[in-house]
Amino acid sequence: MADPPMVEAVGVTHEFDVSLPPLRRMLSREPRRFLRAVNDVSFSIARGTTLGLVGESGCGKSTVARLSVGLYTPKSGEVRFEGQNLAEARRHGGARRQMNMIFQDPYASLNPRWRVSDIVAEPVRMYGLEKNESSVRRRVEMYLTQVGLVPSDGDKYPHEFSGGQRQRVSIARALSSEPEFLVCDEPTSALDVSVQAQILNLMRDLQRRLGLTYLFISHNMAVVRHMSDQLGVMYLGRIVELGDAETIFQRPRHPYTRLLLDAIPDLDHIGRARTPVGGDVPSPIAPPPGCAFHPRCPLANARCREEVPALVDVGGTRVACHAVVEERGSDGALG
Amino acid sequence: MTPLLDVRDLIVDFPTRRGVLRAIDRVSFDIAPGEVLGFVGESGAGKSLTGAAIVGLLTWPGRIAGGSVHLTGERIDTLRPDRMRRIRGRRIGTIFQDPLTTLNPLLRIGHQLTETMLTHLDLTATEARRRAVVWLERVGIPDAPRRIESWPHEFSGGQRQRVVIALALCAEPDLVIADEPTTALDVSVQAQIITLLKTLTRENGTAVMLITHDMGVIAETADRVAVMYAGRIAEIGPVAAVIRHPAHPYTDGLMGSIPTVKHKAERLRQIDGSMPRLDAIPAGCAFHPRCARAFDRCLIDRPGLLAAGATQAACWLHAPEAPHG
Amino acid sequence: MSGRAFLDSDVVHAFRQSPAAIASAFVALVLILSGVLAPWLAPHDPTDLATLSLLDSFKPPWPAAKAEWVNLFGTDSQGRDMLSAIMYGMRVSLLVGFCSVAIAVTLGILIGLTAGYLGGAPDTILMRIADVQLTFPAILTALMINGIAGAALPRTMRDSMQVPVIILSIGISLWPGIARTVRGSTLVERDKEYVLAARVIGATSWRIMLRHVLPNVLGPVLVLATLGLGLAVLTEATLSFLGVGLPPTRPSLGTLIRYGNDFLFSGQWWVTIFPGITLVLMVLSINLLGDWLRDALNPRLR
Repeated sequence: MADPPMVEAVGVTHEFDVSLPPLRRMLSREPRRFLRAVNDVSFSIARGTTLGLVGESGCGKSTVARLSVGLYTPKSGEVRFEGQNLAEARRHGGARRQMNMIFQDPYASLNPRWRVSDIVAEPVRMYGLEKNESSVRRRVEMYLTQVGLVPSDGDKYPHEFSGGQRQRVSIARALSSEPEFLVCDEPTSALDVSVQAQILNLMRDLQRRLGLTYLFISHNMAVVRHMSDQLGVMYLGRIVELGDAETIFQRPRHPYTRLLLDAIPDLDHIGRARTPVGGDVPSPIAPPPGCAFHPRCPLANARCREEVPALVDVGGTRVACHAVVEERGSDGALG
Repeated sequence: MTPLLDVRDLIVDFPTRRGVLRAIDRVSFDIAPGEVLGFVGESGAGKSLTGAAIVGLLTWPGRIAGGSVHLTGERIDTLRPDRMRRIRGRRIGTIFQDPLTTLNPLLRIGHQLTETMLTHLDLTATEARRRAVVWLERVGIPDAPRRIESWPHEFSGGQRQRVVIALALCAEPDLVIADEPTTALDVSVQAQIITLLKTLTRENGTAVMLITHDMGVIAETADRVAVMYAGRIAEIGPVAAVIRHPAHPYTDGLMGSIPTVKHKAERLRQIDGSMPRLDAIPAGCAFHPRCARAFDRCLIDRPGLLAAGATQAACWLHAPEAPHG
Repeated sequence: MSGRAFLDSDVVHAFRQSPAAIASAFVALVLILSGVLAPWLAPHDPTDLATLSLLDSFKPPWPAAKAEWVNLFGTDSQGRDMLSAIMYGMRVSLLVGFCSVAIAVTLGILIGLTAGYLGGAPDTILMRIADVQLTFPAILTALMINGIAGAALPRTMRDSMQVPVIILSIGISLWPGIARTVRGSTLVERDKEYVLAARVIGATSWRIMLRHVLPNVLGPVLVLATLGLGLAVLTEATLSFLGVGLPPTRPSLGTLIRYGNDFLFSGQWWVTIFPGITLVLMVLSINLLGDWLRDALNPRLR
């Protein structure tokens, strides 16, 4: 590839220790237990583009978000930022300034005891980007204006703002160190739709103006479609479909992607009756063997119950599904 | 036909030490037997409070400060709490966002179902138990005769919400108030629950007041929809009309701001600003500061619901003498 | 927070609504002021031996016969004015109380923050220490530390070091409660997204603990500190009453009570009752204030 990707995940796996505390584990003779939140995930994000990651609760998308900014170090595999190992780079203080994160909960992501100007200025002060306080203040005011707030909002505390305005403060904080890469973990799922539209528009404007690269995580297919160039669909720790967003939305191949798309209530089909796919998302502590989706999959057979499907190239997108590769039950099967 | 539920000029106030906050301001609507009326609006618009006020579950210090609520002609907003408890459960079922708050974690779900039926219906214990199994089967819990002995925590989130639906419907109420019944669930499970709720209430002829922030859920489920803004109904009418030809500028903006999976828009339409806080609701039409089509009258006069095509909208643009253009 | 915002805050409003809080704040303020300002307010200086006269001994409190109104609370066996002795004694009690609470709060915050934020082994070790110490009554812990310090210090330094040793031993006996609370709140705060946001930009653990988490866990500490103040004053009084507290040269309320105890049954009741009443009033008003503050800061009870 001529242009190397800005961010790249190569076979990233991450586990959480969910065992009991040592003493109780000894008494109850339980072994240590690990939750494999992210399992062999690979993707790359080109500079100036957006990779969207969708999936339901427990699919590991938030863990991928945290791995991508270096909050966690992968158990195996590596995250690369501009070609270098992210964990390594962060240990030496590098790469930090070039990336930042926007969070889901506009109420928990701002320190309630800090003034907005101090919140936005924190990265600037941390990295010593401005020599004196008056230029710090100028920079804070510039970013507050850029996200649609007014400079005097800097004197207020977070509780004086609505959810949407807080999310703007969050974005201003994320931008204030002039990062190139932003990880957005469900940035609008706590907001009302009209406010969500404001924030999504703002994020796209900023991307265009500042040439930002986004990893955009959401459970909402429509929001992801609006934001993404590339799309990854996650299920129980693995990416099951990955490729050009438009291609996937026009021709979803993995049965799970199709289920997600079918599950979205549709404003164009008022009063539509439908037969939703049954079953719940299994617990990530004890995922089903083989393809983790097989208990809910209408196309599953014996092979799916035993063998984990690999991501393979199918007509331009990468899909991890035996049924798709074998062309078992072609398109009509899911309605 | 007399409506099943008739709400007239409902007012809900929250007295605080900085003055009285009016959370619901003269809301009127009715629900016909077997009808599904959707309520949409942003958080704080008052849609959940409207539901809570109807069933007498306002949290202190909120109180009904005006208006009336009639259930098949009987006035219920002035009933004593013990009489209201009889109506809740028997005549009006409730489904809330978080199934864990509805189910008692210390009782087996079979017990909770039979208890509800024995309280409200004239049944023997064996008959109640038989029906409990039937209800579990109807809401799609596999292996119901065995699962009836399970505790709430042994079910997944989606299954718990199924049990809550069974609990709300088992006393055969005339009306179910469902407040964000799918918000806490995963996307793929949401579709199951909505379909279930729709099928069961249709089979039983139960009317539903469906409160949600998700217009898509309304589109699939409701017959009519009321759009709330700042404690008032901005627009009310048949679902298809409100979605396809919104008459209130707020509804119009709301529809435009919903992203769709069907195609990728360059920009979403957005309504600038945010809904006013309860202590700062503007005079006249509450939406006028954010409305591109506001004119002088909107700043002074509060509009009532006016006929606007197939729907009714609280907007002066639909007054006969309004300036068009 | 600006002055006006403070006056308009919910806590101030709740304060104005609560007669018990206003009364106890008033009593506590009067007692604290009269203790702090004793050298300027007290009619006599009880430490100035030159002004004492045995002829003045055991005068009853004022309204009684033979009494002078300057000796409002009567005098003791040395002819010391009890009112002055109580004011000076309160001064000592309060000094010990405030200083030991300061030590307990500092220790409790540092240990609680570290345990809660870092988790894992530091958490287990620190909290087990706290648990063990919590199984002993505070007074026992203070007695032990006091005893150890007394044995370790050279005889010449013992008297001059008595006040710091008492402060330290009471301070150490009080930290586990504060540490537990701080740890609990820290566990809640540390997983909030604002803490993650600080970690993303590479803020150190110390910076996050002190600048981000600490301001958000201070509310309950304020309550515990108020309640701890009452407890510290009481602990000091108990230690002094048992004779292992402050030296008679700097009598605290506890010393006064112990000393007066000898005369309780020989008719000179005022020598012990008045310091006792003062102690009760002080601890009671401070504790009522702390209780009220806990309720006022608890959003669930509002």
